Amino acid sequence: MDMPTPNPEVLAKKARIVARLKEVLPVDAVISDEVEVRAYECDALTAYRCPPLAAVLPASTEEVAAVLKVCHAENVPVVPRGAGTSLAGGSMPTADSIILGVARMTEVLETDYENRFIRVQTGRTNLSVSGAVEEEGFFYAPDPSSQLACAIAGNIAMNSGGAHCLKYGVTTNNLMGVTMVTMEGEVIDIGGAYLDAGGLDLLGVICGSEGQLGVVTEATLRILHKPEGARPVLMGFDRNEVAGQCVSDIIKAGILPVAIEFMDRPCIRATEAFAGAGYPDCEALLIVEVEGSDEEIDAQLERILAIARAHSPVELRESTSADESARIWLGRKSAFGAMGQINDYMCLDGTIPVSQLPYVLRRIGELSKDYGLDVGNVFHAGDGNMHPLILFDANKPGDLEKCEAFGADILRLCVEVGGCLTGEHGVGIEKRDLMVDQYLPEDLDIQMAVKDVFDPKWLLNPAKVFPLASSEARRMAAE
Amino acid sequence: MTGREGPAPLGSPLPIHPGIFEGQEKMMTPTTEAGLADLVAHARDPLRIQGGGTRDIGAPVQGDVVSTTGLSGVSLYEPGALTLVAGAGTPLAEIEATLAAEGQRLAFEPMDHRGLLGTSGTSTIGGVVAGNISGPRRIQAGACRDSLLGVRFVDGAGRVLKNGGRVMKNVTGYDLVKLMAGSWGTLGVLTEVSLKVQALPEAVGCVLINGLSDKDAVAAMSAALGSPFDVSGAAHTPSGVDGHPVTMIRIEGLEASVAYRAAKLTGALARFGGEVSVERDANKVAAGWAWVRDVALMQGGVGDVWRISVKPSDGQKVIEKLRALYADLGVLYDWGGGLVWVQVPEGTDVRSVSFDGHATLIRSSHETRVFLPVFHPEPASLAALSRGLRAKFDPRGILNPGLMG
Repeated sequence: MDMPTPNPEVLAKKARIVARLKEVLPVDAVISDEVEVRAYECDALTAYRCPPLAAVLPASTEEVAAVLKVCHAENVPVVPRGAGTSLAGGSMPTADSIILGVARMTEVLETDYENRFIRVQTGRTNLSVSGAVEEEGFFYAPDPSSQLACAIAGNIAMNSGGAHCLKYGVTTNNLMGVTMVTMEGEVIDIGGAYLDAGGLDLLGVICGSEGQLGVVTEATLRILHKPEGARPVLMGFDRNEVAGQCVSDIIKAGILPVAIEFMDRPCIRATEAFAGAGYPDCEALLIVEVEGSDEEIDAQLERILAIARAHSPVELRESTSADESARIWLGRKSAFGAMGQINDYMCLDGTIPVSQLPYVLRRIGELSKDYGLDVGNVFHAGDGNMHPLILFDANKPGDLEKCEAFGADILRLCVEVGGCLTGEHGVGIEKRDLMVDQYLPEDLDIQMAVKDVFDPKWLLNPAKVFPLASSEARRMAAE
Repeated sequence: MTGREGPAPLGSPLPIHPGIFEGQEKMMTPTTEAGLADLVAHARDPLRIQGGGTRDIGAPVQGDVVSTTGLSGVSLYEPGALTLVAGAGTPLAEIEATLAAEGQRLAFEPMDHRGLLGTSGTSTIGGVVAGNISGPRRIQAGACRDSLLGVRFVDGAGRVLKNGGRVMKNVTGYDLVKLMAGSWGTLGVLTEVSLKVQALPEAVGCVLINGLSDKDAVAAMSAALGSPFDVSGAAHTPSGVDGHPVTMIRIEGLEASVAYRAAKLTGALARFGGEVSVERDANKVAAGWAWVRDVALMQGGVGDVWRISVKPSDGQKVIEKLRALYADLGVLYDWGGGLVWVQVPEGTDVRSVSFDGHATLIRSSHETRVFLPVFHPEPASLAALSRGLRAKFDPRGILNPGLMG
């Protein structure tokens, strides 16, 4: 992975930068020891590592502002970090950067059930936001798989989704307001406990900007009352095409399940070996979940099962108890772990139009043979967000490079059929250089122009999102 | 009440197209994106960007009119993927008819402004997107910006640009799709939009409560919206069609589910007092919500109309403050109380009573719109960012200059 050459001037004045940071933060909030900073050398994209110059762990918006003022004045790049669960290298440091972690900012600032929102510091984990309101029967809807660990800060940076966003939307649809600190150290509030601010939709731009426009320290999030219940069904099909058509027919019938998950044969076999959920050995498997009262669930499932039967499933399994529901989800939820048991894997995240599903799965199968690498597919079928898992051996020379080339081909295929490179993980460093496959130079230019406005010196989260060649002129001009 | 595609009501207090610069402008209607790009690139003077001309909203803009109506037509529609792509100038009615033929609709329920503003013309999807026009279902299904998957547009330098795409989940690069929604043609001229659509529900129902005070109504709506019963509309007015207070809670879905939730909500809402009933006639429910969506209460009325977005429990407090200053306000609460439509004497600045949120002046004379900011003034830091963005998207300042203030 190419990264820009670290700024030698910044490297040379490390002691001075650290000293200035210690002036504005408690002593234990500045980490500059060469061994200790290694804890921040990578995120969940562990193939790439680089220790930062130093790491800071501020505890408040004011401390974040103080840090950014110092870094702005000293021309030091800053890499914001939530919980470090990015699969795209969204918080990978550069050698001349300061990691700004929000891990100490986990407070709930306000809960308002009457107006249905919660305001939190962004270091709080996704699941603990729901945890803070569950006693009253509420929850925060976006549910990335990493929700136990991932922070709201990262969710906002990547506009994270999850299995249940088919019904409830992704982060941007549930984010009402933010307190953000600009690279210059200015604290700004955008949006709040009301909907759709009157000016330009700056909130919409900030969500998903991968920490390149500002550091979001507080967020106002929409909360919803939990449904009365939820129940999944499992369907097995002997052809991907048929499963794809079944998804399309369910959607067309006007029933909106909260989740439609898809697994293909390699993935089914791997999870069976690992978790023994009792899945049928078939080409494609769907898990469809609906919500409501028991009667409402029955009514919805009746329609869904009728549609499924019309496609001659090889297996159709209804759940009659919480236990059976858990077993239906068991394989899906352990899919990543199961694949990881077989070998190292790379998880992709392209999105395709649902109608292209059979074609894309066939092409991935062909590419798998060409590259000689196995791949399993598990994904959110309702919205076409695919997660092909490519298996490789990190200890085998050349395997990682081969895997990356295979992954890039799959993502180009997603773009070719009318989809995109990433549905919920973000671009980070991982897909940075593929951006030219989705966007023309002028389309990238206008996005970079937005960064020019928020971060004229291009110091925030360097070397992410945009191909280095595309952003080079701007980075040089800023130095 | 004005029908969705009917003419503007007779006797409207405002003249149609009351442009103070009217008569000095010409209208250009490019029929290709490239033609539009060429036109913008070579423009020497400010341009007024227009779809169907039904939303005469914003500070008055001087300049020749560029109409997008030449960029019309649905280019892709996949009902099984819930996606539709159309030229910005496609009539909204055409899109709604195309969707209805497959049992689908736009989830965000865009308002028809003609009745309220006394305008004529044909609303376009580009105009809807440019104004982020979102109706009662916004509280459940999101705003127009939440249904918008991708855009193509011509920026102020005449460059053809795209952002987003046609798939449901897309975090590839910065989200300029949302930025374009609600930018009122000031950042670029939309040429094509991709939208997520929604299946029409099998059944609808509306729980009606008669006789509640504004305060109790907001509490009742909060209780409904904070329930597990998936409410898709919550509105209240102190003066409904028969002149009495009415609170409306809408539910949509499968027949059995609507019946179940209507019964549950009826039980849960009894404690707020008032007389509770359930309307299950689909036509009546649709008419009632069109009445809310199009702010029929204030159509043909006298005075300015403001749209105020606040925390739901603050809505009626803002109205209390305004009532202390003015008699005979027209008031309609949507979004569970968080969206307040208020009709006040001409020239009134509702922002003089303080609240946390924002107010937009939707209906008033051009003269008023010259001296009162139509859009809520932003704090200096946000205004600087918005100004910076405008300078990048429209470096010469020729696209609807000044419309948003």
